[in-house]
Amino acid sequence: MTALTALFARDARIAIRIGGGAMMGVLFFLTVVTLVPFAVGPDLALLRRIGPAILWLGALLSSLLALDRLFANDHEDGSLDLILMARLPLELVVAAKAFAHWVTTGLPLVVASPVLGLFLNLEPTALSAAGLTLLVGTPALTFIGVIGAALATALRRGGLLLPVLVLPLTVPVLIFGVAATNAAVAGPVPFDTPFTILCALTLMSGVIGPFAAAATLRYGME
Amino acid sequence: MGAANAKVSEIVAMKLSGHDLACIRGGRRVFRGVGFSIAAGQALVLTGPNGAGKSSLLRLIAGLIRPAEGRIALEGGDPELSVGEQCHYVGHVDPLKPALTVTENLAFWARFLNGAREVDEAGLVERGLEAVGLADLAVLPAGYLSAGQRRRLSLARVLAVPRPIWLLDEPSTALDAASQERLQRVMHAHLSGGGLIIAATHGPLGLAEPEELRLGTPSTGRADSRIARDTDALDATQ
Repeated sequence: MTALTALFARDARIAIRIGGGAMMGVLFFLTVVTLVPFAVGPDLALLRRIGPAILWLGALLSSLLALDRLFANDHEDGSLDLILMARLPLELVVAAKAFAHWVTTGLPLVVASPVLGLFLNLEPTALSAAGLTLLVGTPALTFIGVIGAALATALRRGGLLLPVLVLPLTVPVLIFGVAATNAAVAGPVPFDTPFTILCALTLMSGVIGPFAAAATLRYGME
Repeated sequence: MGAANAKVSEIVAMKLSGHDLACIRGGRRVFRGVGFSIAAGQALVLTGPNGAGKSSLLRLIAGLIRPAEGRIALEGGDPELSVGEQCHYVGHVDPLKPALTVTENLAFWARFLNGAREVDEAGLVERGLEAVGLADLAVLPAGYLSAGQRRRLSLARVLAVPRPIWLLDEPSTALDAASQERLQRVMHAHLSGGGLIIAATHGPLGLAEPEELRLGTPSTGRADSRIARDTDALDATQ
């Protein structure tokens, strides 16, 4: 096992063992989705129309939940010092940690989304389109989020700083994620057009996120 | 320890030196004009009052903070690696995850610090835990360890991965008498294998004739360790 897979395995194991990651995210997702019908009323046609947007908003908020601890825990117990001193490129380390975070918190949201979609009266096409766009789009949310997580750790501020910093940056992902899902159901644009842009956003954030977060940690932790 | 020593002694005639180092933390000068030089097999002990910059100097050597002035030079090391990448750093907190067991914590660091190199991690972990007397607690979650046991697990990490330079920040904190003796033994073994040790300490570490660098009091230390007077009461560990 190499150093990076060891780091991935460690982060994933901690997230699963302390139970704060996967289950809390899914429960929060469930809460957000069930709150919406209470707010807008039991109008099935309306819920069906805004369902994809609600799923995406819920997933977006849930994916930010545990993110501020991504580097903060390692900073507090001194692990981050050793990680910064390691012989590995910090960008790869950040990418491995982000991937572990996505597997333990983002992937459960994707798996839960079809069930929650049923609450919103979504038809099967919309359920599968929402699941597919979330599968492709949630990694982008995590990779954008690591920049905020690194900044929050470098500035030694937790709490609301992270969502305030990260949410505006996730707007393009939200737009094209919801647009692709709506396109699959109602058109008029083909599903492929917004979906490929969503894929491109994920690939771009997968490159920019680790580099920006690594630079933040390198210069911010002094 | 055998494997670690063999590895270290391949690196002949290592020499680590710092020249005219200055450190500024939070807009305040912690020290300036600090110099030191140690060769393979030598230990340097950093002493001085709280806030004199002992921890800052260790972090500076580790590459975790950049010196405001001066430079750190390493002769005879691996030219492909930075000074920090050839160091073990044992800080004042122990990088252990409470949710993981003692074995998992040590196995992670053994793998992570060895980088791409293939290692027999099970053997490394077993030997490391035995060397610090934690073999009986191997399956206990690290969250249940006492302060002294946590410190010993940190030292097991140092033993599990061969690195020529050890930077130890108060290594004997919370250790009982038997563990302090064990620490002395492994430090002696590291030095006789050609390693280098720089340790910040308030008490004696039991090293035979270490070099001493006294920080924080003007003109009482070695000639090259002058220190600015404006270092009062600054906790320089962060």
